[in-house]
Amino acid sequence: MLRYLLKRSLIALVTLWIIVTITFLLMITVPGSPFSDERSSNETIQANLEAHYNLDEPYHVQYLIYMKNIAMLDLGPSIKQPNQTVNDLLGRGFPISFELGMVTIIVAVISGIVFGIISALRHNGIIDYLSMGFAVLGISIPNFILATLFIQKLAVDWAMFPVATWSSPAHMVLPVAALATGPMAIIARLTRSTMLEVLTQDYIKMAKAKGLSPWKITFKHALRNALMPVVTIMGTLLAGILTGTFVIEQIFAIPGMGKYFVESINQRDYPVIMGTTVFYSAFLIFMLFLVDIVYGIIDPRIKLHKKGGE
Amino acid sequence: MKTANGINPAPSSSSIPDEWFTLKEKDKDAAEQVARPSLSYWQDAWRRLRQNKMAMLGLIFLILLTIMAILGPILSPYEVNTQDRPNQYQLPSSEHWFGTDAAGRDVFTRTWYGARISLFVGLVAAMIDVFIGIIYGGISGYKGGRTDNVMMRIIEILYGIPSLLVTILLLVVLGPSLFTIILALTITGWVGMARIVRGQVLQIKNYEYVLASQSFGGKTSRIIRKHLLPNAMGPIIVQMTLSVPTAIFAEAFLSFIGLGIQSPYASWGVMANDSLGAILSGNWWTLFFPAFFISFTMFAFNVLGDGLQDALDPKLRK
Amino acid sequence: MEKILEIKDLHVTFTTYGGTVQAVRGVNLHLNKGETLAIVGESGCGKSVTSNAVMRLIPSPPGKISKGTIHFKGQNLTEFSEKKMRMIRGVDISMIFQDPMTALNPTLTIGTQLMEGLRKHKNVSASEAKKKAIEMMELVGIPNPEERLKQYPHQFSGGMRQRMVIAMAIICDPELLIADEPTTALDVTIQAQILELFGEIQKKTGVSIILITHDLGVVAKIAHRIAVMYAGKIIETGTKRDVFYNPQHPYTKGLLNSVPRLDERGKLQPIDGTPPDLFSPPKGCPFTARCPYAMEVCDKVYPEQSVLSDSHQVNCWLQDKRAKHILAESASKSF
Repeated sequence: MLRYLLKRSLIALVTLWIIVTITFLLMITVPGSPFSDERSSNETIQANLEAHYNLDEPYHVQYLIYMKNIAMLDLGPSIKQPNQTVNDLLGRGFPISFELGMVTIIVAVISGIVFGIISALRHNGIIDYLSMGFAVLGISIPNFILATLFIQKLAVDWAMFPVATWSSPAHMVLPVAALATGPMAIIARLTRSTMLEVLTQDYIKMAKAKGLSPWKITFKHALRNALMPVVTIMGTLLAGILTGTFVIEQIFAIPGMGKYFVESINQRDYPVIMGTTVFYSAFLIFMLFLVDIVYGIIDPRIKLHKKGGE
Repeated sequence: MKTANGINPAPSSSSIPDEWFTLKEKDKDAAEQVARPSLSYWQDAWRRLRQNKMAMLGLIFLILLTIMAILGPILSPYEVNTQDRPNQYQLPSSEHWFGTDAAGRDVFTRTWYGARISLFVGLVAAMIDVFIGIIYGGISGYKGGRTDNVMMRIIEILYGIPSLLVTILLLVVLGPSLFTIILALTITGWVGMARIVRGQVLQIKNYEYVLASQSFGGKTSRIIRKHLLPNAMGPIIVQMTLSVPTAIFAEAFLSFIGLGIQSPYASWGVMANDSLGAILSGNWWTLFFPAFFISFTMFAFNVLGDGLQDALDPKLRK
Repeated sequence: MEKILEIKDLHVTFTTYGGTVQAVRGVNLHLNKGETLAIVGESGCGKSVTSNAVMRLIPSPPGKISKGTIHFKGQNLTEFSEKKMRMIRGVDISMIFQDPMTALNPTLTIGTQLMEGLRKHKNVSASEAKKKAIEMMELVGIPNPEERLKQYPHQFSGGMRQRMVIAMAIICDPELLIADEPTTALDVTIQAQILELFGEIQKKTGVSIILITHDLGVVAKIAHRIAVMYAGKIIETGTKRDVFYNPQHPYTKGLLNSVPRLDERGKLQPIDGTPPDLFSPPKGCPFTARCPYAMEVCDKVYPEQSVLSDSHQVNCWLQDKRAKHILAESASKSF
């Protein structure tokens, strides 16, 4: 297990290093970035930039300083808003985005697994057809279209929920629903198909032959094995939800990091784009790492396999 | 029948005529005859795909969509970008089948134009993924050993990079255009395909006919081409079918955050993004048509991919 | 002798897209207390389906016991509710599966899987269950049982896993043990050990065993009686001596001729052809197409049972006195 963890953390660090390097390389080539020769019209901003990035030094020194800053969790100043740093923006926006993301993932995982199990147990029944039809739709309709639909119908036409912003649990319903539908559908389909496969395994037949109840067979013997593939796709789902927050926050006017990020893209506020990308990458890589650990816990075989995770 | 303690070798069968107790002429052919006509792998897969109603619905939709993407803009009397301000927000009518948008442009024409862009982005991105994935995965799986190990470590690292973030970063730097969007989508998109191809190759390369070909001194490239790829084709096709909607979604998503394809092109994502404000004022059709086509195209690719997955799985062959 | 199990006229069908498969077509069988009965036949002949029917583990749908009775200690199991069946499974009747690599749940410890049946059926405390589990592991020959309880299946070898599967099957002291190809997936040396283990267990516990196999070598080692199955029907039953030394059905003879033997010289003779399609089974004897002595009657009418002795029965038209000339005729024809 320890070996497995070490290997995983090493891969995570290398991945992060590659991302940091890519952002740096892209930024020194793009016109209008703090590293290019263009000067900002705002004196304060220009002074901040020079102090932060040591723009007088050659590139390789700048690179090292950039790496050092990131290692010390200092993501640099904004070039559009004076005296604002990326850290300030993250401090304000990330907690809200994190809340949105976490509520979404919890809703998606729980409801996805429940639908998946019910579909598998009622295989080829009416509930199975209905929930799988629903799931295909959920996968096919992009979240921003769902979000617009929800606002139009549920918030404007029927006034069941508030239209926008993020101030009470009622405000959370529509954005979470729009964001959770896709991942929920994916989890439901995956749970169903792995569950169906697991239910044909010999050890399930063996559990039946021991006279165990269907309840025990489903939850003690089948579910754990059926959930392993679900755990492996969690990383991808998390990344999807995270990028989903960009548009959902925009549509629902939620003052989260995603909204700031999209604004920074539209304003070409390069240090904010870079800083947020690095921060989000680090966050996702850390989440992938957590997922690997969870996988190691539910699959006892990992401990022995030197080539874990394959 | 069962006489107790019976030494009774003959069953009570006096009703059966004696002449039936003669040796039967052997009918050799009958024994050899196969019960059903043998179908090739592809014929059988096609037969099973045809039975899948949802997959066929998806396939038919995609065929019609392709036809309309080609013919739609030609048939329509309107130009894709001709603005006609006085005629903005026209309801769908016999003049404008899908209505007009904020700038008075014909939504019908723009929808089929958008279909061209979306299908083009999706298909080209998927094809590049397949191309790189097959080469990378094929070499990694076929060579094995150290090469495979190093190549897989690289994949593992790339897999950890959040692809949409990198895509965004690239588009910010390079500026959005048809070319850069496809480039950005494929720069990480091939990883999944490479994994699948490698898995297939690892499985197949130990089959005896491949070993046999190897022992006759077959060249590596020929073995990959002639033996490995045809057998790995099923999962590759499925993965490709499923990666088209991913690309279509990504294009729409990028349009949404302001990194989409710019004028004079009209992609579905751009159209949906442009009309977000419009539906709150009741002009639903400007959003409905692009949204419907994005969703239904993704739906069609998804159900077709599912259907192909079942149809091409040799294990499910009945 | 007391009959512990009696199957009468059992029919099992499976409904598929292609039609209805008649997997078991009127099986009659019985098993005496403390006896080992081997059901022998090619794959697909219905032997596993028969044993699953006894456990009522036929997946339904598509499978169904369409006719017949299964009496276990006087009770008709085909009439039992699923709930009542669960009180029988694992306690009175247990089952051993073919492949020990897949029969154990990879995510649960051996101990959990061994004790769960016991905890469910017998009212025992955790420490009592553990004591019994260790006792069982010793019985099936697993060293360091205390430590191995905490391990996972992947830490066990194939042979050890099959020992664990056997331990799980006998931990509630069942009266009937159904072993479905218990040694097929194992190495030859391990096979012998596992078969010996069955003998020991039977000696110690007096359990009755139904052994499903296609391997006559396995049968020769531990079976008392043999039932030969073909295309969903039992075509010959008898004691081991009856079947090995005085086989009557051409199929049984064919099976015996296709097994290599050290004590005899001569060529191995495979049985040509394949079993009939059970979507539309022939109305006569199903072996006709492959039988070297096939007569006109064989195709038309299924032969009734001929009782050769108390223990030995066969269903074959060659038993009819009008067929006496056939054996000689056929022999002369082939030369």
